[in-house]
Amino acid sequence: MNKIYLIIQREFLSRVRKRSFLIVTVLVPLAFAAMIIVPALLAGNSNSSTKVAVVDNSGKFTGQFKDIKHTYFKFIADQPLDSLKRHYADQGYSGVLLIPEIDLERPSGFEYYSEAQASIGLEHAITSNLNSVIEKMRMEVNGIDKAKVDAIRADVTVEFKDSKDEKKGSSAASFVLGYASGFTMYFMLLLFGTSVMRGVMEEKVSRIAEVMISSVRPFQLMMGKIIGIAAVGLLQFLIWGILLILLSMALPMFMSPETLQTANQAGSNAEMAEAMQKFSFVLGKINWALFIGCFLFYFLGGYLFYSSLYAAVGSLANEDASDIQQMTLPLTAPIIISSIILVKAVADPTSSLAVWASIIPFSSPLVMMARIPAGVPGTVPYWQLLLSMVVLIGGFIASTWIAGRIYRTGILMYGKKITLKEATKWIFSKS
Amino acid sequence: MNLLEVQHLKKYYASHKAVDDISFNIAQGSIFGLLGPNGAGKTTLLRMITGIFYPDSGSILLNGKHFDPTNDLQAIGYMPEERGLYKKMPVGEQILYLAQLKGLDKKTANARIKYWFDKFDINTWTNKKVDELSKGMQQKVQFISTVLHEPKLLILDEPFSGLDPINSNLLKQEIFNLSKNGTTIIFSTHRMEQVEEICDHIMLVNKGQKILDGSVKQIRQDFKQGLFRIGVGVMPNAAQMATWHFTIVSIDDHSFTLKLNPDSTTNDILLHFIRQEIPVTYFEELLPSINEVFISQVQLTENVAATA
Repeated sequence: MNKIYLIIQREFLSRVRKRSFLIVTVLVPLAFAAMIIVPALLAGNSNSSTKVAVVDNSGKFTGQFKDIKHTYFKFIADQPLDSLKRHYADQGYSGVLLIPEIDLERPSGFEYYSEAQASIGLEHAITSNLNSVIEKMRMEVNGIDKAKVDAIRADVTVEFKDSKDEKKGSSAASFVLGYASGFTMYFMLLLFGTSVMRGVMEEKVSRIAEVMISSVRPFQLMMGKIIGIAAVGLLQFLIWGILLILLSMALPMFMSPETLQTANQAGSNAEMAEAMQKFSFVLGKINWALFIGCFLFYFLGGYLFYSSLYAAVGSLANEDASDIQQMTLPLTAPIIISSIILVKAVADPTSSLAVWASIIPFSSPLVMMARIPAGVPGTVPYWQLLLSMVVLIGGFIASTWIAGRIYRTGILMYGKKITLKEATKWIFSKS
Repeated sequence: MNLLEVQHLKKYYASHKAVDDISFNIAQGSIFGLLGPNGAGKTTLLRMITGIFYPDSGSILLNGKHFDPTNDLQAIGYMPEERGLYKKMPVGEQILYLAQLKGLDKKTANARIKYWFDKFDINTWTNKKVDELSKGMQQKVQFISTVLHEPKLLILDEPFSGLDPINSNLLKQEIFNLSKNGTTIIFSTHRMEQVEEICDHIMLVNKGQKILDGSVKQIRQDFKQGLFRIGVGVMPNAAQMATWHFTIVSIDDHSFTLKLNPDSTTNDILLHFIRQEIPVTYFEELLPSINEVFISQVQLTENVAATA
């Protein structure tokens, strides 16, 4: 047992001490954060001081514009359009809006002059003001009481609640969380699985395997590597968790709900900003202990399930590394297929495809993590969760056993190309 | 006393018999040469002795007890033919790691690393990565990591490959030292001149079977063909050399290689030269080299296999 601990220690330290570990661990979440924060900041800044000069040739709009979200409108009557167009910037305006004489039936000819590209937020502010004034004028022409129309107008929001407990749920938040955790799982399984495979290949090709096997059992060598790399992954999660907490504490400093909203309207990252907003709303409503617990369980379970098989494939490698490409296909294919099912499962977490895929160990780490945010036991009954976990544990015990049998033969087999067919024979061969 | 006793060891693969019923003993403290052409089954045999492979049948006794691959690995040091080290790992760390896997505690291991590094004068290598070292340097590192846990049984598969004559000698001296201190050494090679120089006892295997085994002296005696060389001061004429005691195998400059005929003795040869008044400068028995025995025996088994 002491030997396997030594192996775990070496695998762990040799990876954590590499510079690339630090870079990946710190830069990945920072890059993510930057993708959300920077557009929001930019959008926030550009809108904060927008002043629009309005020249109203029709005379029907003057004084009726509302200032919307940091966009201020000033009607100017004492300056001709031509000079204003030239000097608006000197007077502190972002641009000039021209309202021509209009036909109330077919209003057209509105123009906005500016050197800078108008943001979507600004466009929204201008058109909504124009529309509301025109609507009001049409109502007057047709003898409709605006106060009555305002009273008739409906603007409802639906609160989605869990039927069992009174917590507020949000399909959008569980959607995003399901996506995020499912795809994190997808990348982690591929990344760490390949990492295990590379480690095994390196040991075999550099011939250290034979020296090691004269000191430790092949199974110890394989499990030591797998557990050591798992520890690297867990450390990475821990660091990301801490960064996430720090970031979420720092986030309100950068982003008030208002800037989030403008970021929303700023377009490019609208969905993400919206998601963030809903996210922060529901973050408090999710059973975090269960979620994190399940995430770690399915990461470890899925990792053990796949990485032992990756180790087995690595042990089949020869000096020619290109042979290994086609051999990994039987492993990458189920992971990729699971990621497709994951998309479906997030959208419809109770469909029979989602339910079964979350129980079969090939896909359960991804698909179950996509379903869990939708609610336990509301969407995912306890029996499904339990069954899925038991099957996954059984799955990785079986896959580790199979991999161990392939590994111990493959790791010492040199010189000839080993086919998968041959390797499957080793599984059932006598010791 | 025998450190290692191997009895009826067998390992069959689907296509061929890698080790087919081999038995031998190795005395405590001796240097045992394992010889055989490529593909004879040497590596498979060694892998069974090191616990890497399980034999299909037969038994391995270490110190009179059944060899247990989970607990007896500490007693064995194995340097495989193809060297293997972690390329990106610093030398000192690597040796320490391999030593700890053999059950040494960190303190003892570090003390012994220092001893060997001083001995080979390689203290500057401690923090170098393995792939910064030359092949010969890596060889030394590999050797140290093999002997650091002071194994009772040291198995060296082609230990001199890739070493220059100076380092070869250095390593040879260390092998003798270890042997003197009681380490039993199995030495696998196909460099015959080294075998004669180093080994007390050899075993020749081919096609998974033992062809012969015995001490180097004994084997050379067993395979001698009654050849002698005699040096002469003055080359005699053909008439002077006519006798039924021997036949001439070859004539060289001031010497003859002779084959003694059955029923004659070495003294008959000498008497003949003395009677013919040919001045003799020296007289020696020609024993076959291990190399000659090796080639003749391997060819013999090949022929047997071909006719069978």
